[in-house]
Amino acid sequence: MGIYRGKWLIRNVDLHINRGEIVTLIGPNGSGKSTCVKAVLGLMGLDEGSVTRARRVRIGYVPQNLKFDDSLPLSVRRLMSLTARHDRASIEAALKEVGIGGLIDKPVQTLSGGEFQRALLARAILRRPDLLVLDEPVQGVDFSGELELYRLIREIRDRLGCGILLVSHDLHIVMAETDRVVCLSTHVCCSGTPVAVADNPEYRRLFGARATEVLAIYRHHHDHNHNAHGDILPLPPEGSHKDEDHRHDG
Amino acid sequence: MMDDFFVRAMVAGIGVAIIAGPLGCFIVWRRMAYFGETIAHSALLGVSFGLLLDTHTGLTVFATAAAIALFLLLLQRSSRHSSDALLGILSHATLALGLVMIGFMTWIRVDLIGYLFGDILAVSTGDIAIIYGGGAAVLAVLVAIWRPLLAETASFDLAEVEGLRPHLARLIFMLMIAAVIAIAMKIVGILLITALLVIPAVTARRFAASPEMMAVAAALIGIAAVAGGMGASLRLDTPAGPSIVTAAFLLFLLSQWPGLKRPGSRM
Repeated sequence: MGIYRGKWLIRNVDLHINRGEIVTLIGPNGSGKSTCVKAVLGLMGLDEGSVTRARRVRIGYVPQNLKFDDSLPLSVRRLMSLTARHDRASIEAALKEVGIGGLIDKPVQTLSGGEFQRALLARAILRRPDLLVLDEPVQGVDFSGELELYRLIREIRDRLGCGILLVSHDLHIVMAETDRVVCLSTHVCCSGTPVAVADNPEYRRLFGARATEVLAIYRHHHDHNHNAHGDILPLPPEGSHKDEDHRHDG
Repeated sequence: MMDDFFVRAMVAGIGVAIIAGPLGCFIVWRRMAYFGETIAHSALLGVSFGLLLDTHTGLTVFATAAAIALFLLLLQRSSRHSSDALLGILSHATLALGLVMIGFMTWIRVDLIGYLFGDILAVSTGDIAIIYGGGAAVLAVLVAIWRPLLAETASFDLAEVEGLRPHLARLIFMLMIAAVIAIAMKIVGILLITALLVIPAVTARRFAASPEMMAVAAALIGIAAVAGGMGASLRLDTPAGPSIVTAAFLLFLLSQWPGLKRPGSRM
């Protein structure tokens, strides 16, 4: 698919997301990650190619840079039913699932960065989504919080069996929790398993010196986290009806 | 001492406060105070059209305000200028244009002060019918689109992805603002309408733990401002519209008193 707004924001991007699979988009600023996400969600019109969604696919979305004005009195509970009514029990269950069960009556403006992102995740999973789209879900979260959030996202995938499209600013933290990485720089510069992408010279060229740390950090995690090992391997999707197909002309 | 005209004015003012409170909350949440001001100013242009065509000014005010609101939406999407600058241009251009057009119409005498600052004591039973009839319609629509509009206020993209049709909600909201301005113009006047929308809403923030609670509280505070302002205006012989806005302002100052509880705040 391609999107043209005076220049090509993204072009020749081909992307599939299967049920039960975590696909991570990485790339430097301005590489078209958010544009790509908006195209998948149908928020931006395409100038080339198409987006194909499985029929009646339910999408849960955590937008980037969501902020609530201080003038809006909004408790966590009310945030949960912002776009659709949910009963109290399922709201409590969703909040417990993301580990912030005790914050149900707190105003959203008083949450820390990590708590707020968890609340947004809970809101998204309340919809029982088939596809979860998370645009930079770790903004405003410190390093250890980031690791925990990514672990939580993987747990959600395991529990719901949904596909997850994740946008991340760089690779090293998400590596252990993702199945497939697509490295964007207006076009797809490389894609594959986290290890394959980290080894790819294109990726190294794009991210420079920082890229070389990635494998070291990853392997360090890997040493201490054998259970996670199986999860990073790309699993063939079983009984998957959902198919995100982005073609491009030429 | 409760004269007929005073009772009518009070009833009309309370009706306007009930509509303005909830809509004003959305204006505050969306940071659209200046937008509201611009639409209100364009009402004078609407008045001049009404006088020119010799029709009910309420209709031409609504049509003009709605047209300017939609025009602004379009401009904001396509223009290279910031929306602040656009509002600055349109807000004063429409006001000036309205004044110039009225100036050309030498064959009619116009109570300009009445349009600009309101003429609540001249409210007729017909006006009251329009306020309550129109107001009930506006509130019914607001209740109907409450969830999509609130979701759109929080995040347009989220509302769109989850199928709430935020474009439609936003469009209807703009038309409701235009309607309220047409309805409320006679009470506090073109230059003070935004105050009745914004001040009760901001005052209500301190006492509200949910959006719905804030909307109700804003309506109640608006009613208190109308009652207080009208009472003071009768006793002190001050102009009614400005007295209402002053009363609202005093309530706002009172609400900022330290020690009053404000749910949902870090203060």
